[in-house]
Amino acid sequence: MPNLNINGRNMSVEAPADTPLLWAIREQLQMTGTKFGCGAGLCGACTVHVNGEAVRSCQTLLSDVAGKKITTIEGLSARGDHPLQKAWIAEQVPQCGYCQSGQIMQAASLLAKNPNPSKDEVVAHMDGNLCRCMTYSRIQKAIMRAASEMRTASNAGTERRAT
Amino acid sequence: MNTHVKVTSTASADLSRRSFLVGSAAAGLALGYSAVPGLLGGDQALAAPANFDPSVWYSIAPDGLVTVTCGKADMGQHIASTMAQMVAEELGSNWKDMRVQLASNDPKFNDPVLGAQITGGSWSTMMNFDAMSRAGAAGRMALTDAAAKAMGVPAGELIVRNSMISHPKSKKSMTFAEIVKSGKITKTFTPDELKAINLKTPDQYTLIGVSVPQLDIPAKTNGTAKYGIDVMLPGMAYGKIITPPVRYGATVKSVDDSAAKKVPGFIKAVTLDDKTGSTTGWVVAVANTWANAAKAAAALKISYDGGPNARLSSQSLLDEAKRLQALDDSGQFFVKDGDTAAAFGTAAKVLEAEYTTSINIHAPLEPMNATAEFKGDILHIYSGNQFATRSGAIAAGAAGIDPKFVVMHQMWLGGGFGRRLDADMMVPAVQAAKAVGKPVKVIYSRENDMTMDYSRPLTFQKVKAGLDADGKLIALNHDVVSAWPTKRWGIPDFLSPSVDKKGPLDAFTVNGADFFYSVPNHNVRAILNEMAHNATPSGQLRSVAPGWTFWAVESMIDELAHAAGKDPAQYRIALLDGKGKNDGGAQRLRNTLLAAMGMAGYGTKALPKGEGMGVACVSSQERATASWTACVAHVAVAPSGEVKVKKLTVATDVGTQVHPDNIRAQVEGAALWGLSLAMYEKATLKDGGIEQKNFDSYKPLRMSQVPEIAINVIANGDKATGVGEPAVTVVAPALGNAIFNACGARVRALPITAEAVKANMKA
Repeated sequence: MPNLNINGRNMSVEAPADTPLLWAIREQLQMTGTKFGCGAGLCGACTVHVNGEAVRSCQTLLSDVAGKKITTIEGLSARGDHPLQKAWIAEQVPQCGYCQSGQIMQAASLLAKNPNPSKDEVVAHMDGNLCRCMTYSRIQKAIMRAASEMRTASNAGTERRAT
Repeated sequence: MNTHVKVTSTASADLSRRSFLVGSAAAGLALGYSAVPGLLGGDQALAAPANFDPSVWYSIAPDGLVTVTCGKADMGQHIASTMAQMVAEELGSNWKDMRVQLASNDPKFNDPVLGAQITGGSWSTMMNFDAMSRAGAAGRMALTDAAAKAMGVPAGELIVRNSMISHPKSKKSMTFAEIVKSGKITKTFTPDELKAINLKTPDQYTLIGVSVPQLDIPAKTNGTAKYGIDVMLPGMAYGKIITPPVRYGATVKSVDDSAAKKVPGFIKAVTLDDKTGSTTGWVVAVANTWANAAKAAAALKISYDGGPNARLSSQSLLDEAKRLQALDDSGQFFVKDGDTAAAFGTAAKVLEAEYTTSINIHAPLEPMNATAEFKGDILHIYSGNQFATRSGAIAAGAAGIDPKFVVMHQMWLGGGFGRRLDADMMVPAVQAAKAVGKPVKVIYSRENDMTMDYSRPLTFQKVKAGLDADGKLIALNHDVVSAWPTKRWGIPDFLSPSVDKKGPLDAFTVNGADFFYSVPNHNVRAILNEMAHNATPSGQLRSVAPGWTFWAVESMIDELAHAAGKDPAQYRIALLDGKGKNDGGAQRLRNTLLAAMGMAGYGTKALPKGEGMGVACVSSQERATASWTACVAHVAVAPSGEVKVKKLTVATDVGTQVHPDNIRAQVEGAALWGLSLAMYEKATLKDGGIEQKNFDSYKPLRMSQVPEIAINVIANGDKATGVGEPAVTVVAPALGNAIFNACGARVRALPITAEAVKANMKA
C-alpha cells in the first residue's frame, strides 16, 4: 500500500503502484480539485507539483512519486490565498473553471523559479494547458499581476529585514 | 393553468426553515418525446406544471443571506451569478449577501419563457430578465410592507438599499435579516399584480451594468467547485465505457470478459440495451475504481457488427450532400421571398459558390460523465447537464421507469458549449447502476468523449446570387445541407414549419440565413442529409447554425462586393437599409459594423503587401433573438499560404449590459472559439468512426495562438441580448475575407488551411 506525501501530510493509499497519481488523489483521497481532462498529458487539467515541479498527474504513477512531496491545488495555500489565486479572482479568470486548478498549478511552478517572467516566457510555460473557454488572455494577466505582487511583497520583506 | 406568485413567511418554529420565498410562473410548452417510443406511455408528454410552487427563485434566510436558485446550467457563462444580480437589483440586497444554488429538474424551476429546463441559444439573460426582476421587486415590496408595519411608518417613506430598509425621517431602520426573523411577512401577488409592478428604469440601476464579482469564481480557484465528475456517493462503483469503432449503428456481437475478470476490483461488464437510441454498441466495464475499470475495459474482448454506417467517410457525407442539393425537390423552404428564378433571368451577373464546414467536436475539458443511484423508487442522477427536462426522460428511458421518478442533481459544468444538451451519458450510468445494484459513476475517457461526440455536423452550402447592372443584389438562392441536430431530439416544438408547407424543418440548421440584408428575391432551403444524420448524430455546438450559415453568407457578400467593384463594408451598409421586416435590426447591425470599422481603422491606411483586413457582420442567434456583432480581421499571409492573425476587432450591440466584464469575457471566448473553428479544429469520419481521439489530433486553440483582440460593447438601452455565442460566427468569414484582401485567395472550406490558401492564390 503506497504512502504518499501530499500537501505536507503522509497518507496511505489503497491502490496498486501502477495507478496514475491522478486517480489516487481524486478517488482514494477524495481531493477532487485536480481534474481529469485527457489522460494523455495533452491538456494540463491534472497538473500537480512533485518536488515543486509541475507534472501531469495522469501520466505519473504512484511508484514514480514514492518519497516525493506532492502538492495539489488544495495544498497550494492554506486559505486559497496564494498570490495566483488572488490574482485569478481579481482578474475574474475562470469561466467554467474546470481547467483552472491545472492552470494555477502550472503557473505557480513558473513563478517559483522566475519571479519576473516576460509574456513570451509565460506563453511558453503555459502552452500545454488547454482552456476550452479560451480564458487565455486573463490567465496571462493574472500571472503578471501575481508576479508583480509577489515581487512587491518580497521587496517589502527585504526592506524590512534591512532596517 | 393556475399561475400565481406568493410571498409568504412560514410561521414554523424551526428558524432554519423560516424564509420567505418568491416564485414566478411558467408559460406552458408541453414537450412530447416521440423519439423515445414506448418509454413514456405512448404520446404522454411531460406536462407543463399545473400548480406552481411559489418557493422557486430565491429565499432569504434569517441571517439575511439571499440564495437564488438557478434553473439554468452554468457552464462558465456565470448565469447563476447573473440571475442573482437581476434579483438583487430589484430586491435591494447587498451583493455580498447573495448566494446561488443550482436547481433540480423539478418543473417548478422551468424557464419562465420556455417552460422547460434547457440552457442554450444565448437565451438565458433575455428570457429571465423580466421574471427575475419582478421576483426581486415583489420581494422588496413584501419586505417593505413588513418593515412599515414593524416601524409604524408609511411604506412609501421607506428606502431600500444594501439589504437594509430605512426611514430617513425617524432614522429607524431594519435589516432584511431582522425583517425575516420577525416572521411577519405576508403578501400575495396575483399574476396581474406582478405584471403591474413598475420595474426600475435604467437610470435607477445600481447593480445592473456593474461588474460585480462573480459568485462562482472563488470556488473555481481553490478546487472546491463541484462538477459532475467530482460526485462521490457511499458505496459507489465506477464505470468506463467501451465504445465501438463506428460512431453510430454498431451492435455488440459478443463480450469475452475472461481477461477482465483477472483485473482486481472488476465487478461486471454491462452491455447496454438502449431503447432511447442515444447509444449503439456500448459496453460498460464496472469496477471499484476508475483506474481498474479502465484496465478491465482494455482487457475486454468485444466483437461488433459495424452496422449500416461502417463504410462511410466524410467524403461520402459530402458527396451525398452535393447529390441532394442538386435535386430540385430536396428539402423545405425556410425563406421564400419574391421570385428568384425570374430575378436571375434579369440579372446582369450571376455568381455561384459552394461553402463547406467540417465535423467539429465540442470537447469540453470535463469529459462526459454521470452518476446514477437507485434509492427506493427514485432514480437520482448527478451530472452537469444543459437540458434536464429531456435528460431526465432519457435517464428514465434507460431505467424503464416513468420520468417523474427521476431526480436530476445539477452540478457545475466543466464546459458545455451545447454538448451537455445531450443525455447519452445517462444511459451507461443508469444501466450499470441497475446491473450491479450500486451507485455507479461513469466517466468517458477523452477518446470516448471525442469519438462519441454529438458533433457539429459537416455542412455543404450552395449559394447563387444575381446582381443587376449597378451591382445591386437582386436575387439569392441559399441551400443548406446537413444533419439535423434538433430533429434528433424528437421534440416537435423545437422544429419550425416550412414556408412551402412541406412539413417541419430544423431551423437550427438554417438560422442566420434569414439575415437583415434587404434582398427582394431570396430563397433559403433546409435540406436534411439523412446519411450524415444517421452516421454522425449531430448536436448543437456553440452558436449552432449561424456558425456555418454566416460563413457562406458573409463570404458570398464579400465575393459580390468584389464582383461589383465596391468596398465590401460599404456594400454591406447599402444592403442594411432597414426596409420592411429588417427595420430596426438592420440599422443596429450597420451601426455595429461601423463601430468595428472605426476601432480597427478599416480603410484608413494602406497595409503592407501580404496583409489585409476583412469584415463580416452577423445577427446570430435566431432572427427573433438576434444580437448584433461585427468583426474586422487583420491578417498577414505568407507566400506559403500560412495565415497569421494579427488582430481581431469585434463590436457587439447587446442592448443592455447586465455585467460588462462578463460580456467581454464571453465575447472574447466566443471570438476565440470562432478563430479555433476557423483555423485549427477539424474532425473527419473514416470507416464510420471519428478519426480524432485526443488533443494531439483534434486541436483547439492554445495560448500561443491567441491574437490581439479588441472588443467594443455597445449598450444602447435596448433589451439585454445574449452574448455567449454570436462572436463565434463572425470570425471565420471576417478571416476568409481578410485573406482574400491580403493575397487574392478565396477559401470556401472550414477550417482554413495553408494549403487551401496557397492553392487559391492568384498566380
